[in-house]
Amino acid sequence: MSQDIIKLTTPISDEARLKLRVGDLVHISGVIYTGRDAAHKLMVQAITSGETLPFELNHQAIYYVGPTPAKPGQVIGSCGPTSSYRMDPYSPVLMENGLKVMIGKGPRSKVFQAELVKNQAVYLDVTGGIGALLSKRVLKMEVIAYPWLESEAVHKLLVVDFPAIVAYDTFGNDIFE
Amino acid sequence: MRTISKEYLISELERIIIEAATVLDDEVVTCLQVGKAQETSKLPIHIIDEIIDNQLIARNERIPICQDTGVAVFFVEIGNDLHFDYNLTDAINQAVRNGYINGYLRKSIVNHPLDRKNTLDNTPAIIHYSLISGDRLRIRFAPKGGGSENMSKMTMLTPADGRQGIIDFVVNTVKNAGGKACPPIILGIGIGGNFEKSALLAKEALFRKLSDEALNPLDKKLEEDILKAINETNVGPMGLKGKTTCLAVKVNSFSCHIASLPVAVNIQCHAARHKEVIL
Repeated sequence: MSQDIIKLTTPISDEARLKLRVGDLVHISGVIYTGRDAAHKLMVQAITSGETLPFELNHQAIYYVGPTPAKPGQVIGSCGPTSSYRMDPYSPVLMENGLKVMIGKGPRSKVFQAELVKNQAVYLDVTGGIGALLSKRVLKMEVIAYPWLESEAVHKLLVVDFPAIVAYDTFGNDIFE
Repeated sequence: MRTISKEYLISELERIIIEAATVLDDEVVTCLQVGKAQETSKLPIHIIDEIIDNQLIARNERIPICQDTGVAVFFVEIGNDLHFDYNLTDAINQAVRNGYINGYLRKSIVNHPLDRKNTLDNTPAIIHYSLISGDRLRIRFAPKGGGSENMSKMTMLTPADGRQGIIDFVVNTVKNAGGKACPPIILGIGIGGNFEKSALLAKEALFRKLSDEALNPLDKKLEEDILKAINETNVGPMGLKGKTTCLAVKVNSFSCHIASLPVAVNIQCHAARHKEVIL
């Protein structure tokens, strides 16, 4: 099956992103940023009030995760995806500000899907509950914003061959349909 | 009167909390392998392989199976010949604090549902007590994740809805949950009792062994029929279609009012972690 896997390097180019189709297996390498419920709320508040964001959203990828703490000697603890639908109210604002790749698990709302197509962004699905396996694909981790949120803080991750499946592509196709 | 020292109780609970987070029961792995053998397309096989590989890494390297190390849920059965000269609830919460901090588990509890400030030690635990005869203390623990819990549902059916009403409600709950509940799932179903009892029955049903069959033939038949119906929905592993939507269905029942048919469905993701200790 390895020949079927598409290698993506972040920031993912427009060309590579537009080629993706629902059901494609991908391996992501490079920098991705984490954020879940609480961090999304703060980032949208920052945009609304004109404050600086934890990172420049343009063409970047956000991964919905709240990892377990790293044990001594580990880069990161268990780090599987959380359910993406809870980020649906916040994602459109982030996409309007340049975000192009969202990584999480499970289906999302029709409103989100319409916004995704409008912004020519993609949504990638990672298997839930495989956080130990995924921890092996993270080479570096750094908390870059909202440290008081603990596991929900924004982390900058350097990943290699991080496995995902294209769930919604730029053409409005939906793997869950 | 027998007693159990507070220190011993806390250290035993700390041990099972950390072990539950990192070691998946063999019978769950076996069920996943059986499911994989029935799949014919690429994605469900790929996903089940990832889940099986993950639990092996978790077990060997003592990394939590899932980053959501859950709400700490306990069923505590207290022998009525036991005496405690300390507060048992406080001791259990101390074990949770120790286990989640020393075991590098994620602290996922907020103090109030609206102010949402993390308690930083995963307390308070949710503890269900009951009395049993004898001088033993039986404690069952499960770290219950938020994703599958969020997809769980309760309803008050009418007696006329009957058996088919229960099956329809459960199947619709699973279909609506789709990939959000992290299938392959395990279902704990509570029927009867009243509003709160049905939810408790459903939760406790999730603590049964996967190979365990209900004693009451009506419940056993429901378990079989619901499992079959759910695996025909084509929800599949992680909601990406396939035959392996549900690994096991457990029905626990209780007597109820002449007017009522309460039904609760508690969904458990494939990271079905639990441990038991008898002191």
